[in-house]
Order: sequence, then structure tokens, then C-alpha cells
Amino acid sequence: MHYVAPTTVGEACSLLADNPGSRVFAGATDLVPQMRTGRLEPSVMVDLKRIDRLMSVSHADGRWTIGAATPASDLTHNAAFTAMHPGISEGAGLIGSDQIQNRSSLGGNLCNGSPAADSVPGMIAAGARAVIAGAGGERTIPVADVVTGPGQTSLAADEFIVEFEIDDPPANTGDAYLRMIPRTEMDIAVVGAAVRLTMDGDTVSAAGVVLGAVAPTAVRVPEAEAALVGSSLDADTLAAVAAAASAACNPIDDKRGTIEYRTQVAGVLAKRAAAIAAERAQNGA
Amino acid sequence: MSRTHINCIVNGEPTDFLAADATSLLDALRDELGLIGTKEGCGTGDCGSCSVLVDGKLNCSCLILAPEAEGREITTVEGIADGDQLHPLQQTFLEGAALQCGICTPGFLVAAKALLDANPDPTETEIRYGLAGNLCRCTGYDKIVRAVQEAAVQLNSTSKQGV
Amino acid sequence: MTATENPTNYKWVGTRPIRHDGFDKVVGKARFGADLNLPGQLHGAFVRSPHAHARIVSIDTSAAEAMPGVKAVVTGDDFPALDPTHPNYDTAVNCMARGEAFYHGHAVAAVAATTKAEAKAAAAAVEVEYEVLPAVLSIADSMADGAPLANPNNHTKFAPPGDPSNLATITNLDRGDVDQAMADADVVVEMGFDCAHVHQGYIEPHACVVDYGDGKANVWCSSQGHFRVRSMTADVLGVDNSKVKVVPAEIGGGFGGKTTIYLEPIAAKLSEKSGKPVKITMTREEVLRGSGPAPSAELRIKIGATKDGELTAIDGWMAYGVGAFSDMAGLIGAMSVASYKFPNLRMETYTALTNTPKSAAYRAPSAPHAAWAIESVVDEVATELGMDPIDLRLKNAAVEGDLTAMGMPHPRVGLVECLEALKASDHYQSEPAEGSSRGMAVGFWFNIGEESSATVNLNEDGTANVITGSPDIGGSRASMALMAAETLGIDVYSITPIVADTESVGFTDVTEGSRATFATGKAVVEACEDLIEQLKARAATIMGVDVGEVAWVDGAAVSPGHGGGEGGDPLTLAQITAQAKRTGGPLTATASLNAAGAGPSFAVHCADLKVDEETGEIEIVRYTAVQDAGTAIHPSYVEGQMQGGSVQGIGWALNEEYIYNADGAMENASFLDYRIPVASDLPLIETIIVEVPNPAHPYGVRGVGETGIVPPMATIGNAVKAATGVRMTSLPMSPPKVLKRLNER
Repeated sequence: MHYVAPTTVGEACSLLADNPGSRVFAGATDLVPQMRTGRLEPSVMVDLKRIDRLMSVSHADGRWTIGAATPASDLTHNAAFTAMHPGISEGAGLIGSDQIQNRSSLGGNLCNGSPAADSVPGMIAAGARAVIAGAGGERTIPVADVVTGPGQTSLAADEFIVEFEIDDPPANTGDAYLRMIPRTEMDIAVVGAAVRLTMDGDTVSAAGVVLGAVAPTAVRVPEAEAALVGSSLDADTLAAVAAAASAACNPIDDKRGTIEYRTQVAGVLAKRAAAIAAERAQNGA
Repeated sequence: MSRTHINCIVNGEPTDFLAADATSLLDALRDELGLIGTKEGCGTGDCGSCSVLVDGKLNCSCLILAPEAEGREITTVEGIADGDQLHPLQQTFLEGAALQCGICTPGFLVAAKALLDANPDPTETEIRYGLAGNLCRCTGYDKIVRAVQEAAVQLNSTSKQGV
Repeated sequence: MTATENPTNYKWVGTRPIRHDGFDKVVGKARFGADLNLPGQLHGAFVRSPHAHARIVSIDTSAAEAMPGVKAVVTGDDFPALDPTHPNYDTAVNCMARGEAFYHGHAVAAVAATTKAEAKAAAAAVEVEYEVLPAVLSIADSMADGAPLANPNNHTKFAPPGDPSNLATITNLDRGDVDQAMADADVVVEMGFDCAHVHQGYIEPHACVVDYGDGKANVWCSSQGHFRVRSMTADVLGVDNSKVKVVPAEIGGGFGGKTTIYLEPIAAKLSEKSGKPVKITMTREEVLRGSGPAPSAELRIKIGATKDGELTAIDGWMAYGVGAFSDMAGLIGAMSVASYKFPNLRMETYTALTNTPKSAAYRAPSAPHAAWAIESVVDEVATELGMDPIDLRLKNAAVEGDLTAMGMPHPRVGLVECLEALKASDHYQSEPAEGSSRGMAVGFWFNIGEESSATVNLNEDGTANVITGSPDIGGSRASMALMAAETLGIDVYSITPIVADTESVGFTDVTEGSRATFATGKAVVEACEDLIEQLKARAATIMGVDVGEVAWVDGAAVSPGHGGGEGGDPLTLAQITAQAKRTGGPLTATASLNAAGAGPSFAVHCADLKVDEETGEIEIVRYTAVQDAGTAIHPSYVEGQMQGGSVQGIGWALNEEYIYNADGAMENASFLDYRIPVASDLPLIETIIVEVPNPAHPYGVRGVGETGIVPPMATIGNAVKAATGVRMTSLPMSPPKVLKRLNER
């Protein structure tokens, strides 16, 4: 296995195109364990962290642009970003320990393709976009269209994500991400729930509800969103949100949780995340 | 098998070594540089025994490929003391019996140093979450948390004295 | 965190000096098992069975041998055949299979190559042909009529010779008339419980370097007992003990799991074949797949009580699943039942083999499982009687003279004192925090004595070296130095305690059974007492008095006949050693013993916790551990043992378990999915050391290392009952299992 550290996006694209079996990486926090067990045997490991564009976080023209290799800790320590998108920030901040936080990236968290990725539901709920570079140039697609199944992305072998774009939310919008793990840290999410709400006074005017770890990919719950819009988050609405979230689940039994458990807790977390998102929306996010 | 020549700074000293690209920084530190203070507990980033600072940031060295160290500043447990002059954390760990077998201690010292460097007056909860990436099986974490709290007190009083 | 009883005013015992080996450990100089590198060393890697049970039809190592960097390959055929009745037969076969693989992960071959990567690649190239055999994967399957044999070499111990069996032990204990007592009881509670396998979870994976030369294997490894490493390795290699030297590295946790061997004979044979030193380190995955967890268990406990709270009868059925080799877990489980008087008692216990990794000891082996069940049922009885749980236990607590389940009378023990200390504690006297509920439970461990040797050498300047053979797993070197300081009357920092190799100190048994501070401490004290006699004799010569007129006081020889004053001018130890040559030569002493009188240690724990009834998550809000240490030689390390044991028990209670698939392979063989507690899971662990000195030790020591893991599971289960009304009966009490039970309420 060879290691290369290109300094431009073009260089990285050429490396991927010229080396079948090569992989890009930022934190490698998922890749290295896979390499250790022999599950992954890349020919070339292309380190994206020396490309400035992939490591920068900036805000301009009504949106945040986040380099795909930026460590999660850079994002969570960015007070302005966290104030505007607290749910995405807290999702990114839950990817592992402080050690992992200084390595793991939104690009890696997404492209590893785990249904349990903590930063993904919040990004989908916010309508985030991924800017992808490849032999044919750059293209932009919704983050929701990147992962196609566990460990699978829609990217071609010679493509990688350069940066994410997250538009500024409308006024009175708040988001939240909650996850269930058996310990208090260090675990892969058994259930993840991201909710983003725009409030008009006490009434919800827009809603995004996305669940993680309960289906082959992160899954949007339109029925929960419909229940929320126009409501004032009364008990009946929240019960409907929980029921819709549970109904949207298509989880598996595995060493981290059962179908029964995930389904039930998805409803609980969706309801709790909605309450937090609403509070953030109303308190001037 | 080809090896890459890597130049970096380790514990303040310009250093170079050879390593195959697939070698972890952990293995390079231990096997090429003889710095055996950093330990492998799991090799998958789940235990923190291999914690080092890279350009001042806390990392698991088992997840870092050796060539990534090029041009970086690495701090290991061997770089925390100043000769025989122990860092307050090392002193409070000893005085507070915050180590029993000691295998996790290097990782905890590096992680705790990073924690206090960034947050000099952490709450107990902040200490616990800041150190959640470091597993200890002997102590139950109680005396480790207390040692970090005590070191924070000492470091803050030292800095208040303008030392 | 102070002792409630301080029987004697000691000068050094009971203080908290910085441990002598501490500096090296905080600056990264201390060398653990994987921290030695020898010039020219090779790296070893294993080939492991992918089947839970299989006959090994053939092993073709030719492809592996041809690979770059490969210098040696071994299989079971490279080791002498041992008779199946040999005491280390199972150990040998577990280190490397002989024709039959008994669990997924069982080592069947090993290679040594110039680099780790080459060794790993070569191991993957070894071709093994297997004939898959039926596997037994649970206790129930193991004990079922007509079950296939997990291991055809196993016969039930302590029974007349018979056919091979899946049962290693069958124990039946009986006293009084259980059936009558149950019929007469006012309250009878009967429940079934189960526990999955858990691992000791030491952070340091197994590691060794072996340099074979001149017919001898020179072993560097971390272990809980290097003399046992020597004898086991020698047996597997088929050589005398003198052909194996073991140098103890610092050990990064053991908790019982490093009282056996996995690597050393393999590394020795690879070293012999290659002519180079061979280093082998286990990966974490190998540790979980290939080293011994604690047994699993199924238990059924029935307790009968009168309406005024006398626990009159216990009827227990306990089966422990121990993996693919013989073990005595069921017998030891019976031995661990000892906390209450129980005038009527029946215990039927089993040790059952399964095609899973060979169990190794884990901190008070078998006792946590039994206490999980028994303390849960006692708690149910307390609830039914409307009695405070501590008061019920106080009424029935074992005291000196009461019989354990095995029928052994307790010596002086401190259970009552521990219960009273909890009752009086700030924790128990305070209301649980808002939203939290409380539980408590008792634990017992008998502790052992066994053999130890110690040498104490006085240096010319009056400093001293204390040399023992007990690996230091939790601060015991500091305790040895404290006991030597106290006995000799010199400063603890003038003493250097070391753990010496198998050629440099007398035979010493493993650091297990909480025996080091007790038994090795006794040997150290005896050696110091021998030195005192020698010092007095030298002093008599120097002073020109009769030795009978010399006393040893505060580190000096005093005699009324020497100089003025009541005791005369004292001659300090340093003054005497300065004249050692003139008065007869160096001052050294050795003591060795087979220690008798190990004192049992009782513990009582209490937890306040909250249960999130929508997710099943448990949050521990407050935790107190009370334990009888006899005398706390170094209170910080006693507290440390109590806290460490508590947290291991909390992990066992909440999230730790081996998850096997239908083929007997562990699915969660990593620290990601084998979930031991992290710092944010826990509160501070308050400790209360009770001191009821053990009369059989010069300083009253009771072993403390193990008991701490015995009460936590029931402590938490009892608190969950108080919080939710649900009695959890299956470990771990992970959120999915808790939520399921809450749903069924």
C-alpha cells in the first residue's frame, strides 16, 4: 500500500483515476480498522488533508462551505456555525471521543456509508449539498443522494467529495440531533434522530425529520414532517411524530440493537429532538 | 518492501525515521524511534492507550499512517515532563494513586494535558467526557478524575502567580 | 474515605507514599509485555480455527514457508504429546490444537517472520483442512441428554472413572432439611437468572518475547505469575523448569486472565526453529476470540424466610459454561456462597463445557454470578417482608463460626461491620437524589494463601532491597515496602521493592486470589524479622553486650548496657550495616512459606440510579463500596481495588457480554462493541474501608483485590427493581433488555 498526499483537487482526481483500488481518506477512523481486519486492502491511500480547500470552513453568500476533510472538532468549535446549525454541530460532535473528533470528517462520516453515521441525519434535514470532484469536473448533489446502502455510495471510483454546502436557515429555525447509545460515549448509534423546525410563533411552518441507524440508509420521515407542520407540538402531534418515526424504521437485529428496540426508541428520540429543535427555533437560533 | 523517509518533530526534537506506508504512527513511534511509552490496547481507536498530540491536537496514533507525520509536531508521554521535573498531571497521578497497572496512564496523561490546555477549569462532567476516549480497567476512573481536578487547581494557581 | 477502625498506631502501614515504580510509569519508561525488542527479533502470528469444533484433517504450511521474511512455522506436531491426564494437558492443547480445534479462534498453527505484516500474510497462507464437527454452544445444549461432546478428553472430576462428559464438575451440598424449612417458611421466593460471558478486559493484550538459546527459553512476558509461566511453558515444551527462565515485565492488567499462558511456548518453539528471538503480541480481536473469558451461567435460587426475617433455607441450582476445557467454576461457585447463616442449605452446581474459548479466572471467579442471583432473591425477600434490606442482612449475616455452604466455619470476619458502616454512611443516610432509586447488595470472597518467597537485602548504607516474585498488578510493591518499613523501622523511601525473575528469587505462586499483600507480605515480614535478629546480634557485638539484652525499637538496636539513658544509645540500622563486614558480612535474609490463614473479605455496595423508562438506559448517580480490608496497608491502593472491582461489576451489570452467532463466532470482538465502562458512564466511587484485622497476618491483612466485583450486579439490579418494579434476571441489563421488561409491566 502506498501513501500520497496531493495538495490540489486536480492532483487527487488524477491519482484516483490512475490507481484502481485507491481510496481517499481524511481521518481514516473507519478505514484503518477495516484495513487491520483485511476487509479493505487499498492500493493507494490518498490523503486529502493537505488540500486547503478540503480543510476550510467558511461562511459567505448565505451559506456555509465546509471542506470535506475538516476534522469534526474544527466544526464543533466554530461558534458561529454551531449557533446557526446546533443540530448538525452536535451530530458531528458525537462522532467518537475527543481523539476521534480531531480526525473524523463529514466527508468520511458520510462516505463510509454507515446507516448510523451521526453527522448525516442533520445534514439531510438541512438540505445540505455535496460538491463532488472527479475526472469529469465537479458536480453538486444533495447529501441525501450520496449514500445508497450500507457501505455504498453513488460516487464513481474516481470521485470524492470536496466540500459541503449548507444554506443559512430561515429565521426562527432550530435543529437538534439525538442518538441512543448503550454507554454515554464511544458507541455507534443504535438510533439517531435529527429534527429541524422553522417556527411561526408557536406553530411549525417547516419540518425536517431524518432518522439514522434504523434503515439501510438515513431515512427521511415525511409523515412525521407532515404531522409537525401546522402544529404547535401538542401531545397528540408528538405522539403522531413518534408513531410515524417508528413506522418509517426498517432496521436490523444486530449486536448493537434489536428491530423492536430501534423501532420503539426511534419514536422516542424523534419526539424529544422535535421539542429541542422547537425551543431552539423560538429562542432565536 | 519499500519504506518512506519521514521527517517530523517528536517531543520538540527534529526526528526522522523509515516506515512502510501502511505502518501506523503508533508502530513507528514504538518500533522505529524506541518510544515505547505509547501503547497499543486495541489498534482501532477505541481505547486511547495510543494517544499522542499531533500539532497540539489529541489523536489516536494507531489510526494515523506513519507518512502523515511528515512535517508535523508529535508529542508523546515521553515529552510531557521536563527531565526530572514532572508535569503537575504526572505528579497528581502519582500522589493520587491514579494508576494501578499503569498501561493506560500514558494515554490518559496526554489526553488530560490536551484537555487542560484547552479548558483549564473543567467541571467533573467535562473531564469525564473529555477522557471518554481513554479506557481504564483498573481504577474505575475515580482517582484519575480527581488527579486531573487537582492538577487543574495547581496549574491555575501557578498561572495566577504569573509563573 | 477513611478507615473506621485503626487498631494499632503504625508509623508506615496505613500511609500513602508514592509508589516506587510510579515515576517510570508516568514518564513512559516502564516496560510492559510488548515493550521489549531484541536485536534480530522476528514477529509471530497465529492461524486460528474458523470453526467452533472441527477435526484438523491436515495443515499445509508450504506456501507460508515460501513467503518473504518467513523463518519458522509451528503446528501442534512440533510439541511433545502429553498424556491427557497431565495437569497442563489442557493448557498445552489450548495454546495449540492437536488434531482437533475446540472453538472459533483456537490456535492451530503459528509463523514467525521478519515483520508483523509478513507474519500476518504468511499466517493467512497456511492451508488447513477441517472436518467440521457438531458444536455445543450453550449451557443448555451442553447439559442436554445426548449432547455431542464439546471435548472428548473431558471427564467429570472427583467422580469414579467413566465416559467422557460435557460436565467437568458436579457438586452437591446439603445441610439441615431444606424441604421442611421451605414448607415452614412464611415467605418463599424462587427465581431464575442468567449471565453471558464477559472478559476481564485488561487494556494490555498478551505479549511476550522469547529468545531461545543453548537449550533454554528466555522469556520476557507480563503475567500474574512468572513461576507458573515457567512451569506451564516447560511442560508444553517437554523440558525441565531450569530450561525456561521468565523475566516479569510490568503487567497492564490481568484480573485473573493472565494466570495462564497462551503465547510463550509457541514463541519459544518458533525461536528454537528460527534461531532468532520471537516476539508475539495479541491483537485486541485475538484477546477477545482467543483468551479466556469468565464463564457464563444459569442459576436458579430459592430462599425461604420467616416473617421476622430469618433466612432459614436456600436451595440453589447453578451451572457455569466454561468453554471447551475442564474447569471448576461450578465448584467454586458453591464455595462462594457464604454470606448468611442459612441453617438449611442445598446447592447443586455444575461446570459445563461448550465449544467457546477456554475460560480463565476473572476476579473472584464464579462468585459474581452466584451473588447476582442470591442477592437479588434476598432483596425480593426483604421487599416481601417489608424489611429494610440492610436490616434483613444484618439479621442473617455470617459471623465467626458460622458455616459457609461448603461447611467451613468462618474465622473472624467483618460482614456485620461492613453492613453497619453502610447503614451509617452519608450515602445511606441521605435520600436518593430526585428521580433516582436505591439498591444494595453483599459480596464475599474467601481469598487464598499459597506459596511465597521473599529476600530482603540490607545495603551498606542502611537502605534495603525487598525482592519478591509477586507481579505487581495494583500497587503491591508499595505495600511490600510499607510492611518492610514498618517491621524494620526505617523510612519507606529507603526501601527498593522489586519483582525478580524466576532465577533470582524463591518460588512464588501467582498473584491471584488476592494473596500478594497477604502471603508475600507475610514472607517479607518474616524476612525482615530474621534480619532484625541478625541486626541485634551484630549490635550486641558492636555494643559489647549480650544479645539477650538488645531490643529493636524504631529502627535501632537499644540496650540498657550501652551508653546512658533508659534504653541506652541506640545503634541505628544504618550504623550497624556500615559495620557489616567487620561484624560478619552482608546482612540478608530470605523467608518462604505456604501461607495459612488467609482472611475472607466481605463487601457491601450501594447504588442510586435513574432509569429512562422510554429507552431503558440506566444512569448511576451515586455509588458507595464498603469493604473489610483487615488492615489497609496502603489505603489508596485498597480504595483503588474497591473502585476498580466496582466498575468492572458495573460494566458486567450494564453492557458487557459476548455475543455469539449461530456458528459460535464472537460477533463483538473489539472494544467498540465489547462495551466496558467509560469515564462518562460513572460517578465518583465512594469508598469506606472497614478494618477487622485478620489475626493470621502480622499486620492484619485481608486480601482485598477481588471481592469488589461481587456485589455490583445485584446492587444495580436491586436499584432497578426499586426504580421500576421490574426484577431483571438476565445480564447484562442493557437498554434493549430493560426496555423490553418495562414494556411487559
